[in-house]
Amino acid sequence: MAVKIATRESYGDALVELGAKYDNLVVLDADLAEATKTVKFKKAYPDRFFDCGIAEGNMVTVAAGLSTAGMVPFCSSFAMFTAGRAFEQIRNAIGYPHLNVKIGATHAGITVGEDGATHQCLEDIGTMRTIPGMTIINPSDDVEAKAAVKAAFEMEGPCYLRFGRLAVPVINDNEDYKFEIGKGITMADGKDVTIVATGIMVAMALEAKELLKNEGIDARVINIHTIKPLDKELILKAAAETGAIVTAEEHNVIGGLGSAVAEAVAEANPVPVLRVGVEDTFGCSGKVPALLEKFGLTPANIAAKAKAAVVLKK
Amino acid sequence: MEQAKIKELSLRSAEIKLGALEAVYSASSGHPGGSLSISDILAYLYFEELNVDVKNPKWEDRDRLVLSKGHTSPGLYAALAAKGFIPKEDLKTFRQADSYLQGHPDMKHTPGVDMTSGSLGLGISAACGMALAGKLNKKDYRVYAILGDGECEEGQVWEAAMFAAHKNLDNLCAFVDFNGLQIDGPVVDVVNPTPIDKKFEAFNWNVIVIDGHSFEEIDAAVKAAKACKGKPTAIVCKCVKGKGVSFMENNVKWHGSAPNQEQYEQAVSEINAYIESL
Repeated sequence: MAVKIATRESYGDALVELGAKYDNLVVLDADLAEATKTVKFKKAYPDRFFDCGIAEGNMVTVAAGLSTAGMVPFCSSFAMFTAGRAFEQIRNAIGYPHLNVKIGATHAGITVGEDGATHQCLEDIGTMRTIPGMTIINPSDDVEAKAAVKAAFEMEGPCYLRFGRLAVPVINDNEDYKFEIGKGITMADGKDVTIVATGIMVAMALEAKELLKNEGIDARVINIHTIKPLDKELILKAAAETGAIVTAEEHNVIGGLGSAVAEAVAEANPVPVLRVGVEDTFGCSGKVPALLEKFGLTPANIAAKAKAAVVLKK
Repeated sequence: MEQAKIKELSLRSAEIKLGALEAVYSASSGHPGGSLSISDILAYLYFEELNVDVKNPKWEDRDRLVLSKGHTSPGLYAALAAKGFIPKEDLKTFRQADSYLQGHPDMKHTPGVDMTSGSLGLGISAACGMALAGKLNKKDYRVYAILGDGECEEGQVWEAAMFAAHKNLDNLCAFVDFNGLQIDGPVVDVVNPTPIDKKFEAFNWNVIVIDGHSFEEIDAAVKAAKACKGKPTAIVCKCVKGKGVSFMENNVKWHGSAPNQEQYEQAVSEINAYIESL
């Protein structure tokens, strides 16, 4: 059994590590430091941590102002209250002037669990994707999340980082692992269908591959950690070589990875694209395993959609 | 304040008014009323107070100005032109498709614009961030913001106000253009944001109420703001919307509409007559 770590923990750890090296890294939170794990940075560098209180719109705009003076702010709250509540501030005060602000959004998706729909953000990739010049990274595990935070710091410009509450298996702890913004990773090769997954769904996609193997289907698995800019080259190659795609994300099927992949494929090489995600509905309270089952975010559902996609191939 | 200085600033204010009107007239679009109401504040800031370098607009130690009420960009652009950040002839390109003088301030393309603004309530938060960075970096620059009174209906203004006081941002000074009018009518009729001064006081700001068209009062207030330690300062300025153009003064119609040729010519002649009278 793989070690399980929530990517919000990785985020907090990575901030502490980077904070030791870079004096211009500052962290802002909106009264959720214990939950977003920016509390780790707060303890290590209290002079560079700013609790902005329960006022997310102000927080992200203060971050914009800080960045104009050479600071590199990471501002954090739940995905719902950054990409959701503070969308307009992110769009107008960070995206439009293309400022060097990083948004560390935690508690994305239904794996928030018991808090229910008001706190389960299923729209953030969609809203952030519509902002020109916004980089969006949705890491799949601890290794990738830490690498993503470092890469976000090193790049110039706005970046939205999506982290989860749930502890998820570490799947990228191998020597060959290399993180590069905008470059997808082929986790497993295959010729019959490609599962393009992001975030916590990557591990499930690998499980789905095993399920499909039992049925004689050879599935490729691609990890798209960067939703924007999308690695179209890798996706179109997979479309051409396997002839069918299934996307998997912990997000509404509208606006997220599934939409991005379908757009890319439709414009260049139309092949069947089926989407696994939350089917245009709100989440609800519950234990995480029950919710994943309820909303179809399972290896079994990915495998079922993959089989359906294979049938649709010309 | 010396009479010669007052005369100089009055001339600069008139120059800003003429530039703002030219921009709005050329575009047949824009916001003249709130540009004229802050022309004295802008003249004071750019020609008496702000430590800026027109040759190096991004100089890291400069004082900052965020026009939180970004729709009055014609006033800001006219001030930047008067100061020498941008060529005066470019004011004619305001709001045109190929111009860098956007309807609302764009920091990426306009020298001297410290923050992109226009969505009300955001500028004051960004100014807080600049002031916080100044504290962190132990810089002695000051950050100014100009807010509208209607803008004070935005909740984010008060999020920012709470934040600035809590973080003791005494390097931040916000002017509020209290001209009493917003697009839909008198601010007290739309959703009454008054008393604005008492609200800032309640948010633990140092508050000064002045006549926004008196250079002596602006000067005294800015000096008092600098002397105040531990708190940000709000200078609530009683202003006249459309100041300096008889038919625009206190008339909400001129919040966001452009004069026709006849009106423009009359406005220019009134301001020129004022210049002659100085």
